[in-house]
Amino acid sequence: MEGSRTEDAELVEALRAGDQAAFTALVDELSPALMRMALAHVPSRAIAEEVVQDTWLAVINGIDRFEGRSALRTWIFQILLNKARTRGKREKRTLPFSSFGRRAEEGGDEPAVDADRFQGRDGQRPGWWARPPAEWEGVEARIENNEVRDLLLKAIAELPPRQRDVIVLRDLQGYSSEEARNVLDLSETNQRVLLHRARSKVRAALEEHFEADQAVGATV
Amino acid sequence: MSGNALGEQMSCSEFVELVTDYLEGRMAGAEAEVFEAHMGLCPPCLHYLDQMRATLEALGRIPEESLPDGARETILHAFAERHPA
Repeated sequence: MEGSRTEDAELVEALRAGDQAAFTALVDELSPALMRMALAHVPSRAIAEEVVQDTWLAVINGIDRFEGRSALRTWIFQILLNKARTRGKREKRTLPFSSFGRRAEEGGDEPAVDADRFQGRDGQRPGWWARPPAEWEGVEARIENNEVRDLLLKAIAELPPRQRDVIVLRDLQGYSSEEARNVLDLSETNQRVLLHRARSKVRAALEEHFEADQAVGATV
Repeated sequence: MSGNALGEQMSCSEFVELVTDYLEGRMAGAEAEVFEAHMGLCPPCLHYLDQMRATLEALGRIPEESLPDGARETILHAFAERHPA
């Protein structure tokens, strides 16, 4: 996704000069990711569309003032994120995580798996599984259904905003870690910690769903 | 050191915290060796790693979003307006 500095400079020049084809290509390239990102912050598609539209209008109006201190695409994502976060707060969708500050956002020391799944200090093998994960049988077919897709999106929506942004870019949009770091302006370690927390929570949500599914299956 | 002894050096609660480093290829050689040895002797941790891989697979299958045509047209039109030919 990321253009080199030279490509970036050429693209910026083209946009300033009113090159419609270059602008159209950029809109078509980035809008799916911008939509997905916006949707993770606001409560409806209609609002997400507005946020994306406002972002592009801000790009059109601001391109002359773009100083190239960040990559062009990073700048566009930053505009989108600012608008989506502001809008999300106004719509009261954003969960109260932000008040915990950065450390909480990154997950601090919160474990990937609930501590009570492991044996305690007086267990036979402290730190080893007490309630181990099961093998997910037929998972290929199970992840295909809409219910699972909705559950994943819900789990993502419940993540702290920065974890949410990282997992959306990396695992939904398929951006590389470098691209995600640039877009979100994160260090390599921060990016990885946020991704780890996000993925761990989404896995846990899926596990809970599959276990409930199996329990229902077992009683039928 | 036998594979088992090597794998015993890591607990399951440590293993689950390293899964992302492992999948991202960000683990140093010696640590990766212990991680893999642990996986070899602990089926639940292997299941955990498989669950994480399945989770990523599922996330990757969420269909791409798109901007509706109307909004796209509005944006392209706004650009053209600002730069009349």
